Amino acid sequence: MSSALLELRQITVSFDGFLALRDLNLSLQPGELRAVIGPNGAGKTTFLDVITGKTAPTDGDVVFKGRSLLGRPEHRIARLGIGRKFQSPRVFEKLSVQENLALAVSRPKQPWSLLFQRLTAGQRDQVHHLMSIVNLQNRADWAAGSLSHGQKQWLEIAMLVGQDPDLLLVDEPVAGLTDEETDLTADLLKSLAGDHTVLVIEHDMEFIRRLESPVTVLHQGHVLCEGTMDQVQVDPRVIEVYLGTTEEENG
Amino acid sequence: MFQSLQQRRWLLVCLWVLIVAAIVAAPAILPVFRLNLLGRFLSLAIVALGIDLIWGFTGLLSLGQGIFFALGGYAAAMYLQLSNAGDLPNGIPEFFGLYGVKELPFFWHPFASPWFTLVAIWLIPGVLAGVLGGLVFRNRIKGVYFSILTQAALLVFYNFFNGQQKLINGTNGLQTPATKLFDQYVGSDLMQRWFFWVTAVVVILIWALLRWVVRGRFGDVLIAIRDDEPRLRFAGYNPTLFKTLVFGLAGALAGIGGALYTVQSGSASPQFMEVPMSIDMVIWVAVGGRGTLVGAILGAVVINFAKSLVSEALPESWLFIQGGLFILVVTALPEGVIGWFRGEGPGNWLNRLGYCLNTLGNWLIRWGNALIRQSTAFPWLNYLGINTLGNWLIGCGHALNSVGIVRRIGTYPRLELEGQVEVQP
Repeated sequence: MSSALLELRQITVSFDGFLALRDLNLSLQPGELRAVIGPNGAGKTTFLDVITGKTAPTDGDVVFKGRSLLGRPEHRIARLGIGRKFQSPRVFEKLSVQENLALAVSRPKQPWSLLFQRLTAGQRDQVHHLMSIVNLQNRADWAAGSLSHGQKQWLEIAMLVGQDPDLLLVDEPVAGLTDEETDLTADLLKSLAGDHTVLVIEHDMEFIRRLESPVTVLHQGHVLCEGTMDQVQVDPRVIEVYLGTTEEENG
Repeated sequence: MFQSLQQRRWLLVCLWVLIVAAIVAAPAILPVFRLNLLGRFLSLAIVALGIDLIWGFTGLLSLGQGIFFALGGYAAAMYLQLSNAGDLPNGIPEFFGLYGVKELPFFWHPFASPWFTLVAIWLIPGVLAGVLGGLVFRNRIKGVYFSILTQAALLVFYNFFNGQQKLINGTNGLQTPATKLFDQYVGSDLMQRWFFWVTAVVVILIWALLRWVVRGRFGDVLIAIRDDEPRLRFAGYNPTLFKTLVFGLAGALAGIGGALYTVQSGSASPQFMEVPMSIDMVIWVAVGGRGTLVGAILGAVVINFAKSLVSEALPESWLFIQGGLFILVVTALPEGVIGWFRGEGPGNWLNRLGYCLNTLGNWLIRWGNALIRQSTAFPWLNYLGINTLGNWLIGCGHALNSVGIVRRIGTYPRLELEGQVEVQP
């Protein structure tokens, strides 16, 4: 277990007495692809907020590559190698596709280097490569705001990859996508795992099944169970708190 | 493509030649009074450029740029006062005598050096802006709260400067016209002409500097801060650092503007730090066009000229006009005048114009046809040339119609791209 890339140890987050997360333990091995599911209010997004430094846990510790992340500002955590994709696509709408990606691949991310240095040839190649992965070559000079919803989702994933993080946290990547786009996104994430560690939060069961990855079920800020999709689906506790309610909602 | 590029280059060269010629010739063309006004307004354009950088590009609305403007002005005025103090009793500026001060306050001493003053004009306001800004940004104070804080700081400085008779002559401020620089009176026509030229050159240099700053990836980061600052943090950037830097830079520019304004207006006084002054600065940028550097310059110069002309013709009415202008910009031209031109504004108008021509053309064609129909029913009408008139109307109608259609298509440059086949991954 000591080789884990990311480890959450007994994380508790309390918002004015409401426990968004309680005693949450979770660890990710390098190269792993992991899905996290859970009903609304299970604490999925809070859990990402804790890892990326947006929310400070009331108790517990987050360890990434053997170092505690507590007390570090968001941008430093990002530079350590944790990238995050938000629930609704958040790209810089007034900048072009190319500029969005250039900001992601730029390194170091300091004012003077951005002012006095140009993108290296390698970084420019990387931008083009990223655009070709998500098929936005034709849109290089388009304002990101004029892209379709699906293209924005992909652009954000491409920006995430451009940051070259060791750990990708992906929050609901297929919300609002067509079935075809959903399948393509699943393939894209699967191809990223291995080189990167990927943690996906999603509501869409079919999508999770396509990822063929271990699943962690969150419920009321706690890990309810872990296992493959098939194991999880027959777990009576999961059926009670999650799948049961989903069927009702869908019905 | 290449040809249009060449054409553009030619246009640019012509434009620059015009600008340079205008600057060189302005003293010969404009009366002394107007030239002095133009010089002052160009100094204000420097402040506006700074505001455009922090507000138009980075989204920081500062209502306290007057602080930095005044600091630059005071630095210049202190040097000028000292450079002439040798002939005076006690060897210190005259006004000190009014308050019984015999010795020069300690912070005046370095301003005896012209080099120190040249640096202080931009460094003091720049560093102060950086420090104040850094403290605020570090605590993630944003938006309206930031604006209120800057205005509160402005009031603090205003009251402080107003009350310090023994240090800086309080409300009266420091006068410059009777002081000497290069053996010439600062208020003389010759010096004023040179100040105008210097100001014009400085405006161009600063425009070029800011253009370089906002065009590259640094500028992209500023825009990203404006549009979605939290997202940028997760991309590994530290927005606080960038915001502190540009706020400091804007403060330094306000200081330069203040110094040049002071030598041309004749005094540095706490009036620079009155609340309406700082709000006016924001309005120049808003009207000219946030996020367009040229807009900030034009906004500052044109609005101030309008103000002085209107105030001469119809005193008291300017405030209403300025208010109306601001309402117009907020409601109809949120991107400002230049922003409207660069954006889809003209395209939309041309499109509408095309539509009108289109409709008019159709009407003409219909009338022409009606006339011809009449003339076949009543052949005697032909003797009056109705048939020809009808044909002519139809011809005109078709011409207008096609101009209208061309115009409308021409306003959609992206149509071609929309049609491109999209390759799915």
